[in-house]
Order: sequence, then C-alpha cells, then structure tokens
Amino acid sequence: MTVTDPRPPAFELPPELAIDTAAARRIIGAFIRAQLDQAGFDKVLLGLSGGIDSALVAYLAAEAIGPQNVLAVLMPYRTSSPESRGDAETVVSDLGCPSELVDISAIVDGYFEEGRTDASPMRRGNFMARARMMVLYDHSVTWSGLVIGTSNKTETLIGYSTLWGDSASAFNPIGDLYKSQIRQVSAMVGVPHAIIAKAPSADLWPGQTDEEEVGFSYATVDRILFRLVDRRLSIEEVVADGFERELVQRVDRMVAGSEFKRQVPPIAKIGPRTAGIDYLYPRRRPGSARV
Amino acid sequence: MAALRLALAQIAPRLGALETNLRRHHELIDEARGHEADLVVFPELGLTGYLLQDLNAEVAIRRNDPRLLELAQAAGNMSVIVSFVEESSDHKLYISAALLENQAVRHVHRKVFLPTYGLFDERRFFAPGSTIRAANSERLDLRLGISVCEDFWHLATPQLLALDGAQVLINVSSSPGRDVAAVNETGLGTAESWRSINRTYAQLTTSYVIFVNRVGVDESITFWGGSEVVAPDGECVFRAPTHDEGLYLTQIDPAELRRERIASPLLRDERPEVVIRQLDQIIGERLERDARSAKRP
Repeated sequence: MTVTDPRPPAFELPPELAIDTAAARRIIGAFIRAQLDQAGFDKVLLGLSGGIDSALVAYLAAEAIGPQNVLAVLMPYRTSSPESRGDAETVVSDLGCPSELVDISAIVDGYFEEGRTDASPMRRGNFMARARMMVLYDHSVTWSGLVIGTSNKTETLIGYSTLWGDSASAFNPIGDLYKSQIRQVSAMVGVPHAIIAKAPSADLWPGQTDEEEVGFSYATVDRILFRLVDRRLSIEEVVADGFERELVQRVDRMVAGSEFKRQVPPIAKIGPRTAGIDYLYPRRRPGSARV
Repeated sequence: MAALRLALAQIAPRLGALETNLRRHHELIDEARGHEADLVVFPELGLTGYLLQDLNAEVAIRRNDPRLLELAQAAGNMSVIVSFVEESSDHKLYISAALLENQAVRHVHRKVFLPTYGLFDERRFFAPGSTIRAANSERLDLRLGISVCEDFWHLATPQLLALDGAQVLINVSSSPGRDVAAVNETGLGTAESWRSINRTYAQLTTSYVIFVNRVGVDESITFWGGSEVVAPDGECVFRAPTHDEGLYLTQIDPAELRRERIASPLLRDERPEVVIRQLDQIIGERLERDARSAKRP
C-alpha cells in the first residue's frame, strides 16, 4: 500500500534527474563503510548547518554505521539564522547522534576586527567556511573520526563553494548528486520535511538564499548541468532543448571557471616520479590503515 | 549427463592485498567443496582488487606461481576459475583468468579488450591479450569459453568462442555500478546492459552464459554483483542479489544444450568462411582508404 503524503510536494524534481533512491542509498552506505574500513576508522563527523545537504549526509551516515558513530558539529556564527540552528538540533534529536556546539564568532571576529573591518561579505563568508573546516579537523583528532563531506554535485560544478572550506573532507558520499536528487533522496531517508522544503542558503548573512544570490533555481541549473556535463550536449543543443541561451552560457562559464576547485593543485614536474602524474596509487594501500 | 553444480563466488576483494585475497579464495573453495560443487567461478581480479594503478606490478604473479598451484590443489575434484594480474616472461602485465583443474593451471585467458575511456584506464597499466580461444574442461566434459569483463562488450568474443566449440561462455567481471536511474528495473544502467548482453549471447550462441561480477568498493567505485546464469534459450536460470557478498549455488544441465541446439541450430548454420572473406575485404579496403587519405595533401 502506498501512503500518500497530504502535504504539497516540497520541491520540483525534473523527471530526467529522478534516480532510483534505493540503489543510491545502497551504494552510498557501502561507500561510507568501505572508506572507513580502508582507513582503519569507524566514526565520522560533519558540520551540521541545518540545511539539507549536511542533514542528508547525517541520515545516510547514521544508517550506514549507526548514529552513535556520527558526531554532528554545529558551528554557528553570531549572525547565523536561529532557524538553521533549530533545524540542526531537530536532526540531532531525531537521529540520536552525539553533537557539539562550537560558536565560531570569536575566531572570525578576532581576525576581522583587527584592521579588516571593511572586509566584503564574500571574504567573511569564505573565512567562516574555512574556520568551520579548522574546527572540524581539530575535532577529527579528539573524536577519532573522519570528516565526511557534504558538498553536492550542483555547487561543486558551478563552483559555489569555498576552496579548503566546505569543500574539504576525507570523502564525500553525496558529491555526485545534484541538488534536485539530494532532495529526492532526502525525502526517502526521512530528513524532516521543513528542511527539504526551505530555500537553500549558505547562511553567510541574514536572509541570504542561494537561488537569489546566483539568480536561478536549482531545478533549472540542475537540468542544464545534467545536459552539459552528463549527457555531453553542446550549448546549442541545450538551447534547442528549451533553455535560455544567456543562462546556459552563464552556467557553462561557471563550470569552466571553477575547474581549479575540483582538482588537486598541480605540482611542477622535476623528478622521475611525481604524485598525481606518474606516481599513481590508491588512496589507501594495503597496510596503510590506522591500527 | 547429470546437472553440474556451480558455485559463483561473488566476493569483495581487498585492493592490492594478494595474501588476504588468496586466503579468501581458499575459504570459499573449501566451502564450495562442502556443497559438492563441480565448478567454482571467481570474478575478474578477485585475487588483487581492481583499481590497482601502480600497485599492478606489486601484485603480479607468473602463471606457474606456487600460490596458483596451491589453489589448484585445494580445488581437488572441482574446476575453479580465478583471476589475477599475470606477469609474462617478458614482464608484460595482463589481466588474466585461469582454469584450474586436476591440480594444475589448465588454461589462461588474457583480457583482450582493455577499456581506456570514461572511468576506465586499463590500457595504461596493462597489456592486452591477443588470443580468444575456448578450452576443454576434462572434469566437466565441456568446452568452456572464458572471457574477462570488457571482452564481452565486443561481439567478436562470443562469436569466436562459440565457433571454437564453447558450450559454456564464462565472463568474469569487475563491473562498476553507475548511471543510477529511476527508469531501470535494477536502478543501475550498467546492470540492465549486462543482463541484455548475457541473454543475447546465450541465445545467439545457444550456450550457457555464466557471468560472475564482484561486489565491494575500490576508492570511488562500487561494484554491483548480480552474477547470473543464462540458459541456451536465453532464460535467466539464476541471479545473485546485487551488492551482497556470498557464494551462490546453482546448477546447469548440459542436456539443455543439446535440446536447444537441435531446436535452434544457429551454430550449425554459421558461415565463418563468409565472415572471414568479408572481414578480409573490409580490412583491405580500410587499409587502402587510410593509405589514400594519408597521401592527400
């Protein structure tokens, strides 16, 4: 019997992006367990913002390795939205996972108050993302767990992330899911409806939403990215498919312009064997696991 | 002839850990013997894991390596197919699958088609084999056509094996699950493709197809399992679950081969002499064309 949810759909799911969520859940669960097993760890930690991406990762990780092995770190800044904090706390209590609260205001303000008060919101936002990364990696030591990534495919492709900030992790279980697919899987694994339905926001300043900031809806950009990247269509073909030329070109430029964010930095080739060029090994070699 | 009992070893090899994987092979060979299996099949690179990159040379073994012989001895009365990185006497590295029988290595197939596109980079690390031949199994009293993963994505493989008398086509794979889509029965585009390939080859060659695919995770890639056996009429007679590790038992009935080959005498009607004549012509014309276009200014 199918139970029909009386609430209106919380998001738009373009049909071509619909995935088999059971298959994705299965692959992601196995992936999380394998990453930990290969590295000799059995716990993970993540920054839980109250948004959908980190909430989904928390649910998937709790399902894969048990909620007691997932540490949720809440890292608000003083202007962060109280609703986000409330949503993060709902996830923690729903999962029953351990959590910690670290207010990053002192770290961030300490830096900018010292002669950098005119810093732009972009600089402040990036600094906050990197402050959270530092807190997570410090907790990685005390918690004896690996930092699990929460970046999705949409933001990774358009470069809507902070290098070495929110993009930093030991491994990422959702990085090949578009935002629309994140929502689809979230609805299946039990992420609270309110988190799925609210407007995505980096919460870098009060009232900010991703879609307003970049000027298009996730459903639309996902459809364009799916055509350009996964289906290898040309800009002309995507336009012919019914998308606004200006928007397609803009998305294409964003992807090209952020290529550097998706790759490890190049090393100047000098010796006979160079990491990443002609010294190529699995990340986890036999005998390399922590014991 | 009585039905043959198969044990499909749908395992999750440890990447680069040859000794660990050898132990696992011994365990499962012992288990299969307990079930009185006739044939045990392990997946592609079951002894080493798949995404080896520069570990390839570290896990490579010769085909007369004592550790392979130990597996052959442990097999006792059973026939066993294992897969490993083979180093030749001139130090080329191949992805190989060996038939172990009567305490010896009876036949080795070196993977001929090495995918080097998309998520695959095999040609960088391995040499391609150049032989596609069936092999007799004395124990099973059958002729086997052994191939490795991508070999099955080229029509010549099942055709040559069947023309060479194979009655059972055995493909050992490390197939990465990808293209997760809502439109497929399994949710995986890869699985759908493999199932249709296996079924088509079984039907067109009127042979049994045994497909053994690994499970587990190497780096980013998850292997989907779903090992299966398809009868000569194209009907899937056994299918292992996707993603679950295990030794799966099933059987095949050689009498089905006779029935199907009499009912649908496709192999009888093959015209290899026409094929070779046409191929010669096509290759000749291609070479001429290439030569002509090379001369053009």
